[in-house]
Amino acid sequence: MLLTILLQAAAGAAGLAKLGAGLGAGLAAIGAGLGIGRIGGSAMDGIARQPEAGSDIRMSMIIAAALVEGAALFAIVVCGFIL
Amino acid sequence: MNSLRKILSLIAIFVFLSGTVVLANEPVSAEKSKEINVKELILEHLADSYTWHITKIGETDIAIPLPVIVYSQTSGWHVFLSSAFHESAEYDGLSIAAEGKYKGKIVEKDAQGNEVRPFDISITKVVFSLLFNSLLLIIIIMGVARSYKKDTFESKKGFVGFMEMFIMNINDDVIKPCIGKDYRRFAPYLLTVFFFVFINNLMGLIPIFPGGANVTGNIAITFVLALCTFVIVNIFGTKEYFKEIFWPDVPLWLKVPIPLMPAIELVGVFTKPFALMIRLFANILAGHSIVLGLTCLVFVTVSLGQAMNTSMTVVSVIFTVFINLVELLVAYIQAYVFTMLSAVFIGLARVEPHHTKEVKE
Repeated sequence: MLLTILLQAAAGAAGLAKLGAGLGAGLAAIGAGLGIGRIGGSAMDGIARQPEAGSDIRMSMIIAAALVEGAALFAIVVCGFIL
Repeated sequence: MNSLRKILSLIAIFVFLSGTVVLANEPVSAEKSKEINVKELILEHLADSYTWHITKIGETDIAIPLPVIVYSQTSGWHVFLSSAFHESAEYDGLSIAAEGKYKGKIVEKDAQGNEVRPFDISITKVVFSLLFNSLLLIIIIMGVARSYKKDTFESKKGFVGFMEMFIMNINDDVIKPCIGKDYRRFAPYLLTVFFFVFINNLMGLIPIFPGGANVTGNIAITFVLALCTFVIVNIFGTKEYFKEIFWPDVPLWLKVPIPLMPAIELVGVFTKPFALMIRLFANILAGHSIVLGLTCLVFVTVSLGQAMNTSMTVVSVIFTVFINLVELLVAYIQAYVFTMLSAVFIGLARVEPHHTKEVKE
């Protein structure tokens, strides 16, 4: 019983690779969303505490968001190669 | 009257931006319905090619054939226009491979019959766009420089003032703080990198010739940019910089039997420019893919009937306009982040030895 399931899984291995790639890209997008959401939240808190520092905080937020997005895009590029 | 002018200008901008997508929706008759392969279409627009395909009116293609310059080991130099490949699949022993490892590129058959790539320096779509955008950049920057040379201390208006905003923003807020006192030595390279990436990102967003080539979304281009940063960081690095890589100021057991910290630092020297390359490439490629995918939404829903198609066209136009505006922001941000990180790496490499304070008894 278990053996037939394993054989079927092994036969559909190419499909498994695509499933893995799709899952990986989706998880990377979730990671990027969480990370940038936290950055945005902290930036909001900082601007609320000290509105004069608003433009400095905004620039730092954008830079940090670009770096986090770079990390997520690593994963998406790798998944794109698998697909 | 002021609010009426604002509303009219907003409508004009919206119509201009959505023109790209609305032009795509022609009335489709039943016999012309062909299966649109969305993935193939998007990949074809993102990849390089030997002709610049503009549009297809009725049955005729409007495309600009670009020169093919190829040196083959067996038959010497070939220089011809790529329109030769439209008439016949093979020309002078060269052909464009339909599938396999060299799909879409010019190959020839060697003595054993294998497909092999000749030395290819053709002016392809990306190369042509690179040359065109570089020429445009040179004209813009030289014009601005000439305006400053003529009247150095006059406050600038118009386009020169607009460019001054960008240049001073990068110079004062990015280059000076990150590099420190000898920033003027590296400012030319960093400003060039910023404007090169910015203008190529912007031209990639314009849908019609001569814009619309996927230049910065091509990994070879971003590889060369990252390589330039890598070369400059390591050539102008001080002795202290290399000392901190190979013999960092850490406890001895991390260095001596197995050089753990030096290995980690050495890997860091290579991964930082690698991350620069991937970040720019993936951001711009993803942006172009999203815009192309949303535009293809119009064509994919054609077979679902007229009402569905119209509603999907409206949705597609709105989303595409939104994504295009986001991509404008991304174009500036990616150029800014590339320049800022290059400045930070150069600044970190120009490190002076720290003098630890002696505690006097």
